Amino acid sequence: MSNTNISITIKPRSGWVSLNLRELWLYKELFYIFAWRDIKVRYKQTVIGILWAFFQPISTMIIFSVFFGGLAKIPSDGIPYPIFVYSGLLYWNYFSISLGGSSNSLVANEAVIKKIYFPRLLLPLSTTITPIIDFGIAILVLFGLMVYYHFTPTLLGIILIPVLVLLSFLSASGLGSLLAAINVRFRDVREVLPFFIQILFFVTPVIYPSTLVPDKYQWILALNPMVGIIDAARAGIVGDKPINFQLLLISAIIAVVLFIVGIFYFKKTEKIFADVS
Amino acid sequence: MENPIIEVKKLSKKFILAHNRLPYETFRDTVTNLVKKPIRMLRGEKKLKKEEFWALKDVSFEIQKGEAIGLIGPNGSGKSTLLKLLSQITAPTEGEIILRGKVASLLEVGTGFHPELTGRENIFLNGAILGMTKKEIAQKFRSIAQFSGVEKFLDTPIKRYSSGMNVRLAFSVAAHMEPDILIVDEVLAVGDAEFQKKCLGKMDEVTKEAGRTVILVSHNMEAIKKLCKRCILLKEGKIVMFDQTSKVVDTYLQGAQFATQQPLRQRRDRISKGRVTMTDIAVTTLSGKTEIESGDALRFWVKYESIFTKPIQNVRMVIMIVNDDLQNILWFDNEVSEHTITEFSPNGEFLCETGPLNLVPGRYFINLNFHIDGASEDSVLMAASFEVKENLQKFEFQKSADYKVANFIAPFRYSQEK
Ligand SMILES: Nc1ncnc2c1ncn2[C@@H]1O[C@H](COP(=O)(O)OP(=O)(O)O)[C@@H](O)[C@H]1O
Ligand SMILES: [Mg+2]
Repeated sequence: MSNTNISITIKPRSGWVSLNLRELWLYKELFYIFAWRDIKVRYKQTVIGILWAFFQPISTMIIFSVFFGGLAKIPSDGIPYPIFVYSGLLYWNYFSISLGGSSNSLVANEAVIKKIYFPRLLLPLSTTITPIIDFGIAILVLFGLMVYYHFTPTLLGIILIPVLVLLSFLSASGLGSLLAAINVRFRDVREVLPFFIQILFFVTPVIYPSTLVPDKYQWILALNPMVGIIDAARAGIVGDKPINFQLLLISAIIAVVLFIVGIFYFKKTEKIFADVS
Repeated sequence: MENPIIEVKKLSKKFILAHNRLPYETFRDTVTNLVKKPIRMLRGEKKLKKEEFWALKDVSFEIQKGEAIGLIGPNGSGKSTLLKLLSQITAPTEGEIILRGKVASLLEVGTGFHPELTGRENIFLNGAILGMTKKEIAQKFRSIAQFSGVEKFLDTPIKRYSSGMNVRLAFSVAAHMEPDILIVDEVLAVGDAEFQKKCLGKMDEVTKEAGRTVILVSHNMEAIKKLCKRCILLKEGKIVMFDQTSKVVDTYLQGAQFATQQPLRQRRDRISKGRVTMTDIAVTTLSGKTEIESGDALRFWVKYESIFTKPIQNVRMVIMIVNDDLQNILWFDNEVSEHTITEFSPNGEFLCETGPLNLVPGRYFINLNFHIDGASEDSVLMAASFEVKENLQKFEFQKSADYKVANFIAPFRYSQEK
């Protein structure tokens, strides 16, 4: 027989947890399958799925442009409001969809968790990876808008895109894993989540420029990692002002910290998931 | 001798039930309690105690490679918990498990099936969830599809499948796993009898030919006897017996008889608990005698309560008579008869009256299952038992030495065309 040398010892788990990256790697196929399932279900009707991925950010942009840009006359650092708000919405949508999805990922997959063993971390991670496809579709619209408004992105701005996506991913999956783990124990967290995301939206400069906040308070704003990310994305693409690297650095550090804290809290509470769900 | 493939040493599992008796809490309650705590302490009240519950306590055993072991015991005795510990789904509270081989567990049929995806897609999804690699599934794909018998519908979303088709597909995927250790919970209870047989055959083949180690939980004593040489009997989280299957099954059945002596209302080993509780059951003959003889028509009388205040619609009530090998003998299901009711009052009692039953003398058990809208609201296995005595006048048949080979004899006549 092939596997005679496999030996697993199962003991009570307590104290310090290890990430067990080797095990995560062993389960990489299941990770792809979970991601594949989510994509497949989302784009089951391919045409409608893709149309929706275009329609959702475009319609939001139009509504925001009419109400916030047109009627409320929210400043946009002197650039056309549609492209201003869209460059922010792009990242915000990715972040909020990922965060919502990963926070609910354990409860949504409760049936599987109770019946099969696999590293539970696959769930919040795969739900934060798949919305990158929507991001990929939505960014095409941004390019379209840039052509329409005659904007040329800076080279740095282009290079920064994957970095900013990575930082958004770290923030969303870190915070998402944390909330997912809490959500298993306290079932009413799920009810508060949409409200929490709504609040986050308003303290993130998506519909208004970060320059609206006085310079000396900017660092407080930057504790929300999406602030530095969106600010840098906007500066890099539409060049409304130079990229504020200090702000970006604070946000990057926070994103990494969120990721580490989220993952470790998740791992620490992982063993009870199947018992309480 | 080789090291045992499974070693379990002093294994225990504790569950903590929050004060709402649910395994999870709400944030709201937790905050409320935090606020109330100082007040309660001022008043000198004790803090709300969380209930502890040992689902398994000090369980130890060893299994050799290639053995098929049955795991039996009343509901709530910890069978599923033991399987979940073995398959790493939950962590033990105390003790240790050593597994010398790759484990696959089948605790439920079709885990992770997605209704929107097609049969083909679900084979890959479910296979991956069960631990197969994509390559492995692709290689076995044809065989899986063939075994399931739903080949024609592989490109249809499974939400359009009948539940039978779903079960077939799921079983087929599971039957193609090739772990060293296979852990199977009560999954054979679903699916039609013929397909179950096919799966049992496949499992038998797998253990005998591939030298696989199997742990099987089932209420089907026949299947257990057929597949497993040795059995573990669990009761209230402890191993009562680990011995030859026939001995263990006998002990279990004696225990089951004992359980039927408990009043129905107090039975805690219910398969499902819902909005209805059956509280009492009695069996008599149609004329009201408690002494039952072969050929008597029977009257089952069940008392029940529910949370409803209005009449309950869409009730499906099933009374099943099983013999002392736990094989199903007779089935009284209001869904298969037109001369019956499906609307029940919110509480009270109902009767089920049968025609003459030519049951051969012996002991029989009654399983009860109360459904509303297709979902089980209360289900008790072996809710009661009754003894059928011999009565050769009423029993329409000649007594021959071995007329007890079966449990039920219906009127018949042999003839031959001249
Ligand atoms: N997650 C859980 N939280 C609290 N109690 C549980 C949990 N899972 C099982 N139990 C309890 O542990 C006992 C054993 O359950 P189980 O292993 O499912 O029994 P069996 O499979 O033999 O019917 C039961 O009393 C059940 O209510
Ligand atoms: Mg069970």
